[in-house]
Amino acid sequence: MKGWWRLMRKYGKQLLSGPYLVWMIGFILLPLLLVVYYAFTNSAGSFTTANIISIFHKVHMKALWLSIKIALQCTVICLLLSYPLAMILNKLSLSRQNFIVFLFVLPMWMNSMLRILAWQLLLSNNGIINAILDFLHLPNISILNTPTAVVFGMVYDFLPYMILPIYNSMARIRKDIVEAAQDLGAKNHTIFIKIILPLTLPGVMSGIIMVFVPALTSFVISNLLGGGKVLLIGNIIEADFMQFFNWNLGAGLSLVLMVFVIASMAVMNNYSGETEGTAVW
Amino acid sequence: MVKKSLDKVYLTLIFIFLYLPILVLIVLSFNNSKSRVIWGGFTFNWYRELFSSSMIMDAFWTTILLTMTASLAATLLGTLAAIGIHSMKKNARAIMLGATNIPLLNADIVTGISMMLLFVRFTGLGFHTVLIAHITFNIPYVILNVLPKLNQTSRYTYEAALDLGAKPLYAFFKIVWPEISSGVLSGFLMSVTMSLDDFSITYFTKGAGVNTLSTMIYTEMRKGIMPQMYALSTILFLMAFALLLLMNVKSNRDTKLAERSC
Repeated sequence: MKGWWRLMRKYGKQLLSGPYLVWMIGFILLPLLLVVYYAFTNSAGSFTTANIISIFHKVHMKALWLSIKIALQCTVICLLLSYPLAMILNKLSLSRQNFIVFLFVLPMWMNSMLRILAWQLLLSNNGIINAILDFLHLPNISILNTPTAVVFGMVYDFLPYMILPIYNSMARIRKDIVEAAQDLGAKNHTIFIKIILPLTLPGVMSGIIMVFVPALTSFVISNLLGGGKVLLIGNIIEADFMQFFNWNLGAGLSLVLMVFVIASMAVMNNYSGETEGTAVW
Repeated sequence: MVKKSLDKVYLTLIFIFLYLPILVLIVLSFNNSKSRVIWGGFTFNWYRELFSSSMIMDAFWTTILLTMTASLAATLLGTLAAIGIHSMKKNARAIMLGATNIPLLNADIVTGISMMLLFVRFTGLGFHTVLIAHITFNIPYVILNVLPKLNQTSRYTYEAALDLGAKPLYAFFKIVWPEISSGVLSGFLMSVTMSLDDFSITYFTKGAGVNTLSTMIYTEMRKGIMPQMYALSTILFLMAFALLLLMNVKSNRDTKLAERSC
């Protein structure tokens, strides 16, 4: 105990993060190193780059391309839905704003698996949406087990992640800046382009990252709403691990995916960093 | 005027999109028919079956136990870590924060797989591995909630207390704790939400026989329709509603109290 106090006095409070440091090395860094190890070895344990190169395999390329396409669609739809919404929200009185934000957050608190189940019920061929369409004598839709259903589910699951950062950045814009622009004779669209848009760009960027990355790497939604017919890169990795027990290949593809995520984030961060600079002046 | 009603229409449409699926689940949970589209009369049967299903109840209690233990452990480790990181020099701080961001930015599937590789190699999978995994992805949320609060505190009051003869622990609880407690609480709550809802990381790190609600529902969904799940959704939705309402009322009261004391 005495020795501990002496150490404490010497290194001070920094020592308190010791347990976390050990934890982090053991359960974050070590596992990631293991992924790298598996990625660069074959099942016999000797060095190979085949697992990495296999991303250029036709099936994998197709899955990666589909993942990017679906993630982009999902991000764009979320953005198009959220931005007007944030603007509408921002015009309401503060207590009503809080209430509506509460309503947005509430569905997020329900188990996401059950929310996907609900979309399965709604979208299936003999499901509720088709029953309503029948009732209205409209043609039926059959989108369950297609990429469209996956995009639907993703938009539903990730929409709050886009709304909240945009809304937060919009709520922080001071009203007097907008009023000053109005006093100086700026029209509404000028105010939007010159003030609102640049000042909300950081929020938009973090929203894009928070939607794009999970959409790119998801395997659950595509599994359940795609009915095994929509193969994203996440599904391929999951199958490599849980069905085919080809851990080396799975690790190789995971590594590629990780690099992909980091690269896309770096690009967006870089972009938002630059625009933040210009937004100030 | 036209624009205002247009706003209202837009808000309504978004809310229909958000709540229609939940409404469907709630209505079907009282439907006395296995069909999704035919109303077979009102029933509480699915609720009765839900509570008598040991599989669902086991998963429920596992989820609660896991969430609470993981969140408490993460809150403790994370708060200590935040205090440590706060007192570090600039470079060490940047390294620690960078590492803290890894599980936040990394794809869940990669985090899950990486930990699975580790656990399979050294311990085998089970409840303990899910617990470790949950603690690991929860700690960053605690640190990121506590650190800003620590940055707002003044170190001089703490040092003054020490100079006046207070023991470090006493000074901490009298001076620093009141200022960071709200951050610790929101870190804890964020951990709870993350743990409750996690699927991917649990899926890869759980052993056979261990199931949380998420992984149990996933398995059942792949088998086919189970109306008990509708009943479960209704109950979980009501619980979320009650919890969130409670938190909102509390935070509203807190801000009001703060305003009054100013």
